[in-house]
Amino acid sequence: MSAREPQERVSLQAQPLATPGIGAGFWATLRRDVLIAFRHRGEMANPIMFLLMVITMVPLGISPESAVLANLAPGMIWVVALLATLLSLDGLFRSDFEDGSLEQLLMSPQPLYFQVLAKVLVHWLVTGLPLTVMAPILGVMLSLPSAGYGPLMASLLLGTGCLSLIGAIGAALTVALRKGGILISLIIMPLYVPVLIFGASAVTSAIDGFPMSGQLAVLGAFLALSVILAPLAAAGALRISVNG
Amino acid sequence: MTQPLIELQALRCERDERVLFENLDLKVMPGDVVQIEGPNGCGKTTLLRLLTTTSTDYEGQILWCGAPLKDQRLDYLNKLLYVGHLPGVKKALTPRENLDWFCGVNQGHQRCTIESALEEVGLFGFEDVPCHHLSAGQLRRVALARLFLTPARVWVLDEPFTAIDKQGVRNLENLMAEHAAGGGCVLLTTHQDMSMSAVRKINLEEFKPQSEWSAGDIV
Repeated sequence: MSAREPQERVSLQAQPLATPGIGAGFWATLRRDVLIAFRHRGEMANPIMFLLMVITMVPLGISPESAVLANLAPGMIWVVALLATLLSLDGLFRSDFEDGSLEQLLMSPQPLYFQVLAKVLVHWLVTGLPLTVMAPILGVMLSLPSAGYGPLMASLLLGTGCLSLIGAIGAALTVALRKGGILISLIIMPLYVPVLIFGASAVTSAIDGFPMSGQLAVLGAFLALSVILAPLAAAGALRISVNG
Repeated sequence: MTQPLIELQALRCERDERVLFENLDLKVMPGDVVQIEGPNGCGKTTLLRLLTTTSTDYEGQILWCGAPLKDQRLDYLNKLLYVGHLPGVKKALTPRENLDWFCGVNQGHQRCTIESALEEVGLFGFEDVPCHHLSAGQLRRVALARLFLTPARVWVLDEPFTAIDKQGVRNLENLMAEHAAGGGCVLLTTHQDMSMSAVRKINLEEFKPQSEWSAGDIV
């Protein structure tokens, strides 16, 4: 910590500071969180392992008959994807809260909306996206009829985005509580129900030979709405949580 | 007379139905180093948190350059640096990556390169070592490296000397003096005696209500 020429400092302080760009802050947080997720690869695999395990148990526990499984498959995969997301939500803001980076985030000259959006996007990249990509394999394990694969992936792609975004509100509300796990589920579950209903029914309709564009359109509308509103709500919730 | 950077007017803060301080008036001029003193639990951190805008549970006024803080939050935050109890350093990342994020979020506000900031805090050679391999003092130094990076005018430091060795404390004091000389201001809490000459001390005990009942009894 050697002394620096004071002259240099004075001139710097005399300059008015430009407001930092939103894009740069968004990218910085996105890059940091992707790096952290990558360093914790083990934790990253948790939701996927959970999904795989449950889906493996279903034929053992219920029936290995493909007619029964095919009937169950769309709903089963959707329910498990929802639970896997729910399990991973608790950590969304918790580690930032515990090490003080959340405070730094709140007092950075950045709109919190985009910072939250960046964090949620990373959460989706490490849970929602792998779930969507894994879905066909799970479909095979539950002998999903071939007409169901495309719709399953499409509905999960839209739906998991909603799940991550809505979940962020619950995670933000409970971040300051020591045992927030159950509370998150209670807050978030009712909001997840419509996503589940439309997601699973899109797949079932497609299998039964009906059009599924209606359900997908509704899921898309959910996603659009939650992209706009959920980060706002989560940002507000974070301010309240940290204030307390 | 120059305008105070930060002015507190009749600030009153209550926490868990206990008044921490009231009638707190303070003018922080450019070039001031203000040390907030008081025993544990008297509200030092709470006061600093009010100044970082993360907490808004207060009565009274906080003025920034003469206008209420609430009306110009963005401008204020743009010129604020806070180092808290919690270092705000991600243990999974290296010091360089941590500071990268800090600079990214405060984009364009960088006085020197990350490498030279880390060198200044004595972490030369540790740039790419994951932070969970660093000691408590070194973690603290990663957080303090932000002092070198930021052009912020207001420094709010909560116990900055924790886990820092003697030489490091001296260097930090020099850095603060230099910052103050350049027209900035520093507000800090510490239980250590500071060897700096030009420190203004504010004891929060003096602003504590004398007794919960005395005012009410007279009425």
